[in-house]
Amino acid sequence: MTDGKTVNVLVVGIGGQGIILLSDILAEAAFESGHDVKKSEIHGLSQRGGSVISHVRWGTKVHSPVIMDGQADFILALEEIEALRNAHVAKPGGMILVNDFRSLPASVVSGAAKCPENIESRLAEYASVEKVPATSIARELGNIRTSNIVLLGALSRHLEIADAFWQAAVKKHVPKKYADLNLKAFARGRAAEQHPSCTVMI
Amino acid sequence: MAERQLMMGNEAVARGAWEAGVKVSTSYPGTPATEITEYMSAYPEVNVEWSVNEKVALEVAIGSAFAGARTIASMKQVGVNVAADPLFSLVYSGINAGLVIITADEPGLHSSQNEQDNRYYAKFAQVPMLEPSDAQEALDMVREAFEISEGYDTPVFVRMTTRVCHTACVVEVGERAETPRRPYRKNSDKYTMVPSHAYTRHFEVEKRQTRLEALSNTSELNRIEMRSLEYGVITSGLSYQNVREALPEFSVLKIGLTYPVPRQIIRNFASQVRYLYVVEENRPFLEDEILALGIPVECKELLLRFGELPAEALRRRILHVKSPQKGPADDVPKRPPQFCPGCGHRGIFHLLAKHKLIVNGDIGCYGLAALPPYNAMDTLICMGASIGMDHGFRKVIQPPEKSVAVIGDSTFFHSGMTNLANLVCNGGNSTVIILDNRITAMTGHQPSPATGKDAGGTNAPRLDIAQVARALGVSRVFEIDGYDLDALEKCLREEVDRPEPSVLVVKERCVMVDKTRRGVPLAVGKKCKSCRACLKLGCPALTVEGDRIMILEYLCDGCGICAKVCPIGAIRPGGAEND
Repeated sequence: MTDGKTVNVLVVGIGGQGIILLSDILAEAAFESGHDVKKSEIHGLSQRGGSVISHVRWGTKVHSPVIMDGQADFILALEEIEALRNAHVAKPGGMILVNDFRSLPASVVSGAAKCPENIESRLAEYASVEKVPATSIARELGNIRTSNIVLLGALSRHLEIADAFWQAAVKKHVPKKYADLNLKAFARGRAAEQHPSCTVMI
Repeated sequence: MAERQLMMGNEAVARGAWEAGVKVSTSYPGTPATEITEYMSAYPEVNVEWSVNEKVALEVAIGSAFAGARTIASMKQVGVNVAADPLFSLVYSGINAGLVIITADEPGLHSSQNEQDNRYYAKFAQVPMLEPSDAQEALDMVREAFEISEGYDTPVFVRMTTRVCHTACVVEVGERAETPRRPYRKNSDKYTMVPSHAYTRHFEVEKRQTRLEALSNTSELNRIEMRSLEYGVITSGLSYQNVREALPEFSVLKIGLTYPVPRQIIRNFASQVRYLYVVEENRPFLEDEILALGIPVECKELLLRFGELPAEALRRRILHVKSPQKGPADDVPKRPPQFCPGCGHRGIFHLLAKHKLIVNGDIGCYGLAALPPYNAMDTLICMGASIGMDHGFRKVIQPPEKSVAVIGDSTFFHSGMTNLANLVCNGGNSTVIILDNRITAMTGHQPSPATGKDAGGTNAPRLDIAQVARALGVSRVFEIDGYDLDALEKCLREEVDRPEPSVLVVKERCVMVDKTRRGVPLAVGKKCKSCRACLKLGCPALTVEGDRIMILEYLCDGCGICAKVCPIGAIRPGGAEND
């Protein structure tokens, strides 16, 4: 990261999980720590429970807003099935941080399609996998909506962005009355037990 | 040092317009353009309005530009179709103060009904067009567009695409330059397009065209970046960024002023490289212009004409380099968007599917009804079309075929009203269902005429749809609560067979805006027989665990539609202990 290489983070999940907020905070922290940044997502129908993808890239100079297949240093997945859907964007040797949360698509609920099995081991075929109990932690904190910030906290352990930039970015992007809750969620994610075998150096 | 901010493309458009001294901003909401006008409304110096449709938005913009104020009109790509009528005549009149039209195109149609390439509007209407490749260029080019507009007495297009609109990047911002009002002077030769005036103005259009071609060939917006003498790419807009990402060694002719096409610069560049590629999303607009110059290009059919053309595709198709990663999992079921838990649309579409009616639909969140598991929409073409299509259907269909039109409040005011007048005056007998959640929901809750707020959030007159329908000559007008399935079904049954038009206003709320009606979360009791009737409602709060049906408490809105649909009353309020 210090040699001008671009860092690529793909954030995936379901509309309503706060993916755009997570990406805004991540992009802001990277920008404030001195990088050129691009952050791209699709708006519109994305709030309505469908798949949502956001690309966050930073480095000395970033051109394309979208990460090429096999180039993501990290995939942050707020939902397990969405992690598998996008796992091919991870670079070999990259890392998939996946929340302990699964939501069945409507076609599975209605019986028209089957849910893929063995998701965790299949993810491991693409990259190293770190399971983050983000939703469990968020529930403990009393607000399941903070799952996204817990997961971001878990990512922050792997990045060379100073804690002050994270704090400032969280405060800038969440409503004032939820700032403390989100800072707590971020801290819990950042402190969450690390899987030493999964550490990736970039 | 100038101030730098992380800014989305649409915000940068608004900032550029504000810096250019814009005083009036008009639009109708449409992805991916919507945020431009939302950001504009934060600037106190600018009079901002959500017009009822894009044609009106452009007409208001024409008025304010004629009257002497710099003006911006923003719309999604299909919005330009709606605004095309005033556009083509405006080109003849020219402007007074600067007028810039933003067209936000959608390669990949993430939230649109087509992938039309509005560069052809530039050529068709003879309007100069700028194409930014990122947010910084969006800001700079909007400012430049106003200079061109006033320098050449013409409206100017700035063509955004989804990835430019919705990508944030680091942007250096400037200050606002107040532009004094240009005095309005009566000049009916210029501003009234009767045939004799328009004939004369057409000569001005062609003179202007020659001047604009000269501008394009000298503008710094069209720039050559020489690297390889072997491989060169001609590109514009977002594709420039993808070319730089995937083909960093290639020389590039980056076209920023896309229309008129800079023919001399293209010839110059083509002569400097051995192999010439054209990289553009959507239609081969630049490629055809280049081929017409007699300049050969490589791999003419290399690039797809549909969807986005990301760096990934360039790497694969031009360099023949594959991803180092294994391919995507091929067994992951798609996850299309669904109606929100508690959405007021759910009940009526359940009934329309139940009664197997032909549903002529329209544009809005309720377009999701065309997808499984709802399967409750037969047709959807463009804004406002539902009522006309249903009128047409009813000229042809025979019992037992029955049809209805379904349209939302904002879409009704956009272009449904004229259809309703047409229906009444032409002996139509359609049943028109107007889903009135009093907001433009899909694009992120901009006010509609049914909201009672203006773009700045201050109170405005609220138009009453039932009154409008009566005024347009419909005598059978009903207003029914969207959660009252019994009343809706009774009305639907009676009206659909009547030999006269009727309007059923379904009074709803958008759950994302109005949370006051939120009820107690429901739960599935032990007597549930897993008949799955409730699952057809496509509610994200309803899920399965094996055969067992359950309600996700944290998602449930408590609207009660599933309880009404359950044939044995197994769904009730009260959490898990309701047995």
